[in-house]
Order: sequence, then structure tokens, then C-alpha cells
Amino acid sequence: MAKIKGTIIVDIERCKGCGVCVPSCPANVLALSHHVNGKGYNYSYMANPDACIGCASCAIMCPDSVITVYRQKFE
Amino acid sequence: MAELEVQIKEENLVYRKSPLLTDKIMHYCPGCSHGTVHKLVAEVIDELGIQEKTIGVSPVGCSVFAYNYLHIDWSQAAHGRACAVATGIKRTNPDKMVFTYQGDGDLAAIGTAETIHACNRGENIAVIFINNAIYGMTGGQMAPTTLIGMKTATSPYGRDPKIHGFPYKIADIVSQLSGTCYVTRQSVHTPAAVRKTKAAIKKAFENAMAGKGLSFVEVVSTCNSGWKMSPVDANKWMEENLVPFYPLGDIKG
Repeated sequence: MAKIKGTIIVDIERCKGCGVCVPSCPANVLALSHHVNGKGYNYSYMANPDACIGCASCAIMCPDSVITVYRQKFE
Repeated sequence: MAELEVQIKEENLVYRKSPLLTDKIMHYCPGCSHGTVHKLVAEVIDELGIQEKTIGVSPVGCSVFAYNYLHIDWSQAAHGRACAVATGIKRTNPDKMVFTYQGDGDLAAIGTAETIHACNRGENIAVIFINNAIYGMTGGQMAPTTLIGMKTATSPYGRDPKIHGFPYKIADIVSQLSGTCYVTRQSVHTPAAVRKTKAAIKKAFENAMAGKGLSFVEVVSTCNSGWKMSPVDANKWMEENLVPFYPLGDIKG
């Protein structure tokens, strides 16, 4: 069966750790990291990367446009 | 299936930052709705292919530095006067797409007269109005749009209509005027709402290009620093408190 899988790339240094991407994800993929970036923000990351469907809801919500989304179909 | 890796290449790309946004990191607080609306403006201008024809007018308020973040021509108006400045720009450059980007302290308080008269004259511009019910830039003071009972720096016991008057819905007021062709109220607190706001901004810009009259897009927004909440809580608070008073949807057009 074909499976659609997605992944995101977070521009860690631009992320302000606001967290609005976390509840916007329908697959509960995202969380805020325990690590911080150069500005001291807990940046967003994929805590559960296998569940990502590449819907781009997180990227649409991100006020600082730090998320890039990719999606691929596996036959 | 866990071993399946999505390849990072152009053909798999779903979403990336708009090329119209500059690389400058926005000065807005984490989670501020301004960033989301800036992004939508950039995406709409990119999709319509009008980067060379667009002139924005930024206000006084947090979004005063909007000109740093979008690769288009900008002008910056005195407090509240963005609609008047945009009128002049549009009348001298009728082939350009002119829009203003204003907050509630700018558009609905000091700039009420300019806004209402630009709407009444039916200037062929688009107005983007960010309504977060507070003066964000100066430290969270009460605005004309602040809800009854809402605590701000200048109404620490909550807004009392006997002392401070009532909040008002400027989008409903301008929808009564003959010069406006499209008046809508949207928000950016969920992915679906962001998509609707983008469609509204696109329609407003198309109307401005077509010379149909003034298009007014109100975006009910959050100011998590001014409201003293986390960005996620602010979105929830907005949905529970602001949205019932400022109902979302098209008001005219």
C-alpha cells in the first residue's frame, strides 16, 4: 500500500519557541526541545518524526516562517 | 515502515518561506500574529505576481517596521494617517496596488477619521487591520477595541463602560459606507483560519487592482505579551473571548 510521509526542517536559529506549531499538528509530531538555540529559545523539533504526513499546518501557522515542509509518496 | 526517509529535494517540497520575505529576523514577540499576516501578504503578492507594482503603507505601532520584512516598496505614515497617505499614493500612481497595514491603536483610535473617510470616498486601496484589542507596542494599554472587563495596563480592574466607554466594531461601521466593496473579519489562530485569511487578502488585493473600491480585511489577532499569556494560551483566549464579540466571516461583498 502506498504511504505518504512528510518531514520538516526547522531553521533552529530563527525559531523563537512560541509553540503555536505544536497544537496545530494533527499528527502530534512536534514538541519544543529541551535544548536551546543561540538566543535561548526552546526551538521546535519533530519529537515523533514517523507520524508526519507533510500537511504543512505547522509551517502555515509559524509566525516567523522557519519551517520548510517536504512530502514523498512511497509505493 | 520506519526506515522510509523523505528525500529533501525540490520535487518533494510542500511549503517554504516566501521569497518575498527578507532574511531579517522579525522583531515581534514569539507567537505574534503580525508575523503570520506578514507572511500571508508576502505569499499573496508572490502568487499574484505584483511585487513590482505593490506599495505598502506601514503604520505606527508594532508593525511600523513592516518595511524591513517584505521585498516591496513601502512608505511609513504618521500615526493613524496610513489611509490618507495611501490615498495620495494611489491617486498619483493609479496602476500600482496600494495597501495599508494597520493595528487597532492606529486605525481604530487616532486614525478613525482618515479610515472612515477613505472608506467613504471608495479609494481603490486595500486595508489590512490587525485587531488585538490592545496597544501592544507601548506596553499593553487599553484600546478602543478592548473588551468590557478586559484587564490592561490602563484598566487594571477591567474595562468599565461607565468610565471607558464601549468597544466598537469598526469593520461593521465601514461596511455601512457605499465606498467599500469588500469588508471581512478573519483570524490566524488555526491553520484553517490562516488559509481563509490568505484568501481574503488575495480578494482584497484583486479588488484594489480592479478599481472596485476599498477592501477592508480585519484580522482578529493575539498580543500574547500585552495579554500576559503564552502564545498558545493567547490563541485559546482569543477564540473564547474575542471571537464571540468580533464574529468571523464576510460582512460585505
